[in-house]
Amino acid sequence: MASTIEGATGTWEYVIGLEVHAQIVSKSKLFSGASTEFGSEPNSQVSTIDAGMPGMLPVINMTCIEQAVKTGLAIEGTVNRYSVFDRKNYFYPDLPQGYQISQFKQPIVSEGRLVIEMEDGSEKVIGIERLHVEQDAGKSLHDQDPGHSYVDLNRSGVGLMEIVSKPDLRSPEEAAAYVRKLRSILRYVGTCDGNMQEGSMRVDANVSMRRPGEAYGTRCEIKNLNSVRFMSRALEYEALRQVDILEAGGTVAQETRLFDVGRGETRSMRSKEEAHDYRYFPDPDLLPLRLEQELINAVAASMPELPDAKRHRFMAEFGLSPYDASVLVAEKENADFYEAVAEGRDKKLAANWMISELFGLLNKAGKEIGESPVSADALGELLDLISDDTISGRTAKEVFAEMFETGKAAGQIVEEKGLRQVTDTGAIEAVIDEVMARETQKVAEYRSGKDKLFGFFVGQVMKASGGKANPKMVNEVLKKKLDG
Amino acid sequence: MSFDKTTVARISRLARIATTPAEQERLAGELGGILAWVEQLDEVDVAGVAPMTSVVEMNLKAREDVVSDGGDAEAILKNAPSSAHGFFVVPKVVE
Amino acid sequence: MNPTDLTIAQARDLLAKGELSSMELVEAHIDAMETSRELNAYITETPEMALAMAQDSDARRARGEGNGLLEGIPVAIKDLFCTKGTLTTAGSHILDGFHPVYESTVTANMWRQGAVMLGKTNLDEFAMGSSNLTSYHGPAINPWKARGDHRARVPGGSSGGSAAAVAGRLALGATGTDTGGSIRQPAAFTGTVGIKPTYGRCSRWGIVAFASSLDQAGPMTRSVRDAAIMLRAMAGHDGKDSTSADVAVPDFEADLDKGVKGMTIGIPKEYRSEAMAGEIEALWQQGSAWLEEQGARMVEISLPHTKYALPAYYIVAPAEASSNLSRYDGVKYGLRVEADDLLSMYEKTRAAGFSKEVKRRILIGTYVLSAGYYDAYYLKAQKVRTRIAEDFRDAFGHVDAILTPATPSAAFPADEPPSDPVAMYLNDIFTVPVNLAGLPGMSVPAGLSGEGLPLGLQIIGKAFDEATVLRVGRAIEHAAGFDTRPEGF
Ligand SMILES: [Mg+2]
Ligand SMILES: [Zn+2]
Repeated sequence: MASTIEGATGTWEYVIGLEVHAQIVSKSKLFSGASTEFGSEPNSQVSTIDAGMPGMLPVINMTCIEQAVKTGLAIEGTVNRYSVFDRKNYFYPDLPQGYQISQFKQPIVSEGRLVIEMEDGSEKVIGIERLHVEQDAGKSLHDQDPGHSYVDLNRSGVGLMEIVSKPDLRSPEEAAAYVRKLRSILRYVGTCDGNMQEGSMRVDANVSMRRPGEAYGTRCEIKNLNSVRFMSRALEYEALRQVDILEAGGTVAQETRLFDVGRGETRSMRSKEEAHDYRYFPDPDLLPLRLEQELINAVAASMPELPDAKRHRFMAEFGLSPYDASVLVAEKENADFYEAVAEGRDKKLAANWMISELFGLLNKAGKEIGESPVSADALGELLDLISDDTISGRTAKEVFAEMFETGKAAGQIVEEKGLRQVTDTGAIEAVIDEVMARETQKVAEYRSGKDKLFGFFVGQVMKASGGKANPKMVNEVLKKKLDG
Repeated sequence: MSFDKTTVARISRLARIATTPAEQERLAGELGGILAWVEQLDEVDVAGVAPMTSVVEMNLKAREDVVSDGGDAEAILKNAPSSAHGFFVVPKVVE
Repeated sequence: MNPTDLTIAQARDLLAKGELSSMELVEAHIDAMETSRELNAYITETPEMALAMAQDSDARRARGEGNGLLEGIPVAIKDLFCTKGTLTTAGSHILDGFHPVYESTVTANMWRQGAVMLGKTNLDEFAMGSSNLTSYHGPAINPWKARGDHRARVPGGSSGGSAAAVAGRLALGATGTDTGGSIRQPAAFTGTVGIKPTYGRCSRWGIVAFASSLDQAGPMTRSVRDAAIMLRAMAGHDGKDSTSADVAVPDFEADLDKGVKGMTIGIPKEYRSEAMAGEIEALWQQGSAWLEEQGARMVEISLPHTKYALPAYYIVAPAEASSNLSRYDGVKYGLRVEADDLLSMYEKTRAAGFSKEVKRRILIGTYVLSAGYYDAYYLKAQKVRTRIAEDFRDAFGHVDAILTPATPSAAFPADEPPSDPVAMYLNDIFTVPVNLAGLPGMSVPAGLSGEGLPLGLQIIGKAFDEATVLRVGRAIEHAAGFDTRPEGF
């Protein structure tokens, strides 16, 4: 992936801005007492308010507001003590009121920022224009019946935060890093579960192409991207499409497009072709939202350590590399697991084991850290066995594989299989003597200057010890005896 | 303020109300008349005046986050002109 | 005496003494409703429900319970209030067959106070009108006729069915709603009492919305005392309506007869115009004189932005209505005109389901909110509204209440309504400013026009000071001694 595209007539640069809809974690909906739970029978979690019945009125869910404040603080935004709910008017079968209650001119949060880290370790600050609170729509199913669409209002009225970035992103890669980082922050503060498959997080991507340094071109909005991978693919496709048009001397039409996952293409949305005129105006059923500074302070006081702070702490206090620190803090559960393992132990050793061994096996098994068969304590015990020379690092990997498989404790596996390493100098000397006696020719060659053979002797000794000899001691004693 | 048939056609589409050319003709006259009449508001000096947000001064009341509603799909669908398998049914929507 | 001639207060006292049962009262009203169908006051009559509720009330009373404010009192409900299981139409074709699965807060409050529902009354479609001529269910008719003129008169609107029912002795009281005058104007046209309380006094939950920032429910009765009793039963804070005021509801009846002595009452000079009919002017002066005689100090006041109230209203109300009425789309309830594609289904359903006047207002509202026009119309109107509210606030710095005519004329013939929309809108010229400012206003019958039709005076009060409005209203009622009634009713 690159931030520029080389066309026939020269270089083109991406300009990307993202609108992320994040479902607020709450028990009940934004303006009604119906449940927000996912996956129930159609229309079973719908109040008469969510169904837009005549005379029904919205009453705001305070928890949703607190969640938005929390998120606003997490993205370093300004929480506005005065904000307004507006109606966004349009007709669609899954929009029962004929309008969405949203925030238009006066959102609850403005001007935030988010730092993304690129794979090369560099960082970039992405501006966030605003965060506003709004209702979700219901769901229309188009493939149940040839001539009809089916409408389920279970999601109608669920609270969403719409988080709008500035057009600061310059590549699909940066866009992906932004979404991952935002997801990480939302999960840290517990305001959105970040589950893109279930639609808890959806991305609308605005993309245009320009000559580097020139003014922004006409953008297209690709709606409802529900995975980071699809978003990247959609952006790449759309960039090429626009470049083709621009290089042929054409103009890009400002429109809403849909990403067809099967074809890997974006296409114009027919239903949204008509020019929009949402006729926003303040919802007269709701008063302006005024927040006390005390409430904002209380939310601020309840904030957990955020990924950036944690990452810097891991680097500064634990001496971890930027890459290792990034990997460990991406999910709060991972960071917590890591800190439990690392407590009182070698920080780097703990980080290596988490990243290369634990994550490796979890990945292979398709499991989350919460489902790990090896607990933080159990992994810690294994690391202790390495540190006190009970087993070698190499043996430890075998032991770990078995722990992952069976859930048994490290010590138990070591005892059962007799894997405890030999640290008795006498016993090691005996094995070395035996090997040297057998390989007199090689000993002579070594002593005449063929240093490279040292590795051969180590291997032979380890093999003769059944892999249990402490490698460090083998090295020391062998060196002494060969050079002796 | 000219208020013509095209404008009527545009706003009736926005409002999802079918209008015939004859109706558009009539409405252009009626709506144009009403709009000409409300234009006397231009005489009022509203410099520095805040638009009214609510007539009664009070703070927005909020709910606690508890599940207290929903759970009755039958009631929600009871008045629907068309429904099937627990869903509202509408003419096919093309995206 | 026919029980249908009683006031709520009289009926209440007879019921308490055991000299009358709710059943007798309800049966008398069911008979009257059957013989007065030509008034078309009701869209839906609910006699079985009324009898069952009356029976329950009598049983409660027999058990020594049943001490609700409206215990056993038969009332009519404007068909804008959602009533659980009972057809609710808002006077529109588009709500065909709609049976709500919920009960509006105001009606629920009344049932809790023991009231009995006789049926759902006629109204201008979606409460948009001042004549009741726009109802899909045909116009309600004013029980009053002009002397020597047999043409049917409009009962006013939009709460025309409620007004006709109360004036025609088809209910002891009725609920109304008032967005720009829809309680006060029909009350004035039918010689009844109607009060629009302070915005936020009665919950809007479960009332089909017209213009959310203006709509307010209130009682329509045959006496000021009855209005006080009924308002108390209807009002109260409701957590389900974010605009409902968390203010205690006083016993409005308690201070009703304390008079106006020592009060300062304002006469707004901007309400007087050269176009004002002589008999309206005379009635207004008469009202002022009555209050002065009873010890009030009458002062001229200025409400400088009065003339801009009506145009501001005809931006704000249609704008909100255009959005509120978007939910009638043929998907969830009510009328659907089938079509092959969604857009046609929407457009055909809404074209068939809404009448001319409703369409006109939806289109105006859509226009004033549309891109490029919002600031010039809606925002401007909301600013003018602030000015109008400030006018009242300034005035109420030195007066206790304000006295104005309720309407610029008496009821007009149903077959001769004002010629164009704007002329029709002028009906609400005295009432609309009160809605824009969210204040309480009441119409009290004060006399008859030259043609023998009732005329009303309006009393405007401070926010949440309905008690003073009712007291002043009672003083006028007392002085006017308005005891005439429509011939034949
Ligand atoms: Mg958006
Ligand atoms: Zn949104």
